[in-house]
Amino acid sequence: MRLYAVVAAGGFRRYATYRTATVAGVFTNTVFGFIVAYTYIALWDERPQLGGYDTSQALTYVWLGQALLAAGARMGGGFESELVERIRTGDIAVDLYRPADLQLWWMAADLGRATFHLLGRGVAPMILGALAFDLALPGSFWTWPAFLLSVFLGIVVSFAVRYLVAMSAFWLLDGAGAMRMAMLAGLFFSGMLLPLNLFPGLLGEVARALPWSSLLQVPADVFLGKHAGWGLVEAYAFQAGWAVVLLGAGRLLQTGATRRVVVQGG
Amino acid sequence: MADTVAVRTEEEGRGLEPAGFAFEDRLRPLEGLRAYGLIMAMWVRSTMAYRASFAMTLFGDLAVTAFDFIAILLMFSHVDALGGYSLPEIALLYGLSATAFGVCDLLLGSMDRVGGRIRDGTLDTLLVRPVPVLAQVAADRFALRRLGRITQGLVVIGYAVATLDIAWTPLKMLMLPMTVLSGAAIFGAVFIAGAAFQFVAQDASEVQNSFTYGGTTLLQYPPTVFAKDLVRGVTFVVPLAFASWLPALYVLGREYPVDLPQWVAFLPPLVAAGCCGLAGLAWRAGLRSYRSTGS
Amino acid sequence: MADDGFISLDGVEKVFEVRRRAGLLRRERHEVRAVDGISFRVARGEMVGYIGPNGAGKSTTIKMLTGILTPSGGRLRVAGIDPSRERTRLAHRIGVVFGQRTTLWWDLPLRDSYRLMHRMYRIPDRRYRENLDRCVELLDLGELLEVPVRQLSLGQRMRGDIAAALLHDPEVLYLDEPTIGLDVISKAKVRQFLKELNAERGTTVLLTTHDLTDIEQLCSRVMVIDHGRLMYDGSLAGLHEVGESERMLVVDLERELPPIVLQSADGGDQPALRAVKVEGPRQWLAFPAAASAAPLVARIAADYPLVDLSVREPDIEAVIARMYESAP
Repeated sequence: MRLYAVVAAGGFRRYATYRTATVAGVFTNTVFGFIVAYTYIALWDERPQLGGYDTSQALTYVWLGQALLAAGARMGGGFESELVERIRTGDIAVDLYRPADLQLWWMAADLGRATFHLLGRGVAPMILGALAFDLALPGSFWTWPAFLLSVFLGIVVSFAVRYLVAMSAFWLLDGAGAMRMAMLAGLFFSGMLLPLNLFPGLLGEVARALPWSSLLQVPADVFLGKHAGWGLVEAYAFQAGWAVVLLGAGRLLQTGATRRVVVQGG
Repeated sequence: MADTVAVRTEEEGRGLEPAGFAFEDRLRPLEGLRAYGLIMAMWVRSTMAYRASFAMTLFGDLAVTAFDFIAILLMFSHVDALGGYSLPEIALLYGLSATAFGVCDLLLGSMDRVGGRIRDGTLDTLLVRPVPVLAQVAADRFALRRLGRITQGLVVIGYAVATLDIAWTPLKMLMLPMTVLSGAAIFGAVFIAGAAFQFVAQDASEVQNSFTYGGTTLLQYPPTVFAKDLVRGVTFVVPLAFASWLPALYVLGREYPVDLPQWVAFLPPLVAAGCCGLAGLAWRAGLRSYRSTGS
Repeated sequence: MADDGFISLDGVEKVFEVRRRAGLLRRERHEVRAVDGISFRVARGEMVGYIGPNGAGKSTTIKMLTGILTPSGGRLRVAGIDPSRERTRLAHRIGVVFGQRTTLWWDLPLRDSYRLMHRMYRIPDRRYRENLDRCVELLDLGELLEVPVRQLSLGQRMRGDIAAALLHDPEVLYLDEPTIGLDVISKAKVRQFLKELNAERGTTVLLTTHDLTDIEQLCSRVMVIDHGRLMYDGSLAGLHEVGESERMLVVDLERELPPIVLQSADGGDQPALRAVKVEGPRQWLAFPAAASAAPLVARIAADYPLVDLSVREPDIEAVIARMYESAP
């Protein structure tokens, strides 16, 4: 357990050293926040209370989307390209002999990274957004820890998905295609382009049931106080359920992949 | 014995010169394009080494951009107009912006890797080649999958042209390819300037994204949606408005929120040329600073 | 201009400005003189080893010689060309191999990388074919041409990289650590090839290395650089003398014994041989590199219960380290 704490701290520190990249990222998140915020204002001007949000809730949703983007690694930028590269070059054989579990190792590193991204790239855009627009901030103090728990579960789901994607490189050799597909799904089905409660009919129901909704839609609704009491427990259960299922699937693939590496002799 | 060997190599060395340098000195831009073509072909062949992955990325790129427009369609499932613009009108703005950006992305898409190349030292391997570094960096990781965005952009333009209720004149028709090409050049200038900036700040590739990806997203919506200052900024500071808004609004017969004479709608080629010139200077300055500081 | 070497450096300097964090926001600027006034001449057809510790200024010099970096001061010419001003013109006349960074195309067969060189350097078809055939034969690349580079071993890749740098008939070849990480057989192949290249084609070769054997087998001349200055320029044998370097006799005795010391035969103050390390019955005995080992071995065999022994040659780092110790 201590080992993984050290790995996580390493993940945090590693990204903390890229100061310019962090500032550049905050700049980009803020620019996008502004662009999307104006389009949402136009949309909610036409249809107030769309999707059960008022305008300031919709704007809050926009800025939460930007603030959580890097932490959830929805545009890539997490561990997966590195892991895929190690699989491609065969360096992964070395990792498999390490006295640590491959999945837990990378999860610890990714949680460290996410923690830094949440602080380094999440806080500043949120503050800038709150200064420029009228946002719906939580009325109760307890909403904040509830929100953070939901964000944490979302990050675990995000990790589990990306781990599956990286494992596919054992069979495809080149992970670019699978990473691209995962990014695509992460963008659309997380609710980044448009809140999932604006998706009509069956598409909406499917989108809200897929794992990616854990990344933004669920935490944002917790932040906006849409889940309370049993609703909140259900939301957590939904996220945790996906996390368990996807981590388990990743483990299965890992076992198969390990066998492959051993057979090929690295 | 050693002497005769040396003489022979010297002659051979000279023998290479006419073919190699005189040509290059006079036709440097052409030499750059030629090198670009050679490297591009290598990347295309490399991609084909992993066909399954290529098919997935091609489909992925098409889908990414498609979802982008689907989000707009979903918005219009709730409203009839956005910022006073109908769906076909927004489709024209979207299509022009996406296609222009797509062309630029296809040709220069991996220029933001310059910072990474500086960090891992592989930029040096490009500097010992007898062809312009800009051409080598521009062709880096050339990816045919980026045709996806262009395809989608053209489809959306087609949809807009088919559904728009405008009196099409030859001039208005001509405005469309002119806008796409100038727009691609303007975005290209931003890519190159962004890459040049990485000589100064190697980790700052994301800043570039806010102007390129951010720019194309902005241009996909009508200018009436945005704050005046933002519109002025992308008109006069980073002249992205010339990449789609100004010529497109002329075609649509709409007012531009910033007071400008109508003929500015025909300026995109000039603005593009100016931007590319400035970006070229920035690139040269960046490369010069790298060669004097080594970082 | 006969005495003006093929490669000539006169007081070449390279100064970097480094910004260091000092406190939370303040940054201090200070100058780093990576190359601090280096002058030397290399004649056409020479094979020169350029050595020094990491960060000594070796690669900065190579980068200036290839036109990658612009010198901050001094005069530098390669084949009469100022590298920093006419980088692309020079590129046709030099070949560069970066030991740790392959320029081959990872996912493509080796041959494809060579085709790119063919067209990028505008090598005439006939000459390209001749050069490729020669490299393939001498570097033993025949069976590798159709193999994707990612499947090559490190040694095979290095041989492939060297061939890629030579297809356009460069007059100078710069090699940065060409044998690093290679197995013994690959090292031997690379060295043999370079020797032949130099002898047959008269190609000037400048190589940086950590492996003293590279220098011993290839270079008649060695330059040592440290802290941006040229510390030594001459033969390898001379370097051993300047560095007063020592060889090591490793002996295994029958049992543990106190450290061995042999007094000098002529009765001088310095011992002829002394133990620098003892590990059980094994002892490491240092003696001057110039001295012959045979009489020393004979004396030890006479006085001590010797089981086994071996002689170790000094490595470059050790030679250079000694050079400092002896410097005032």
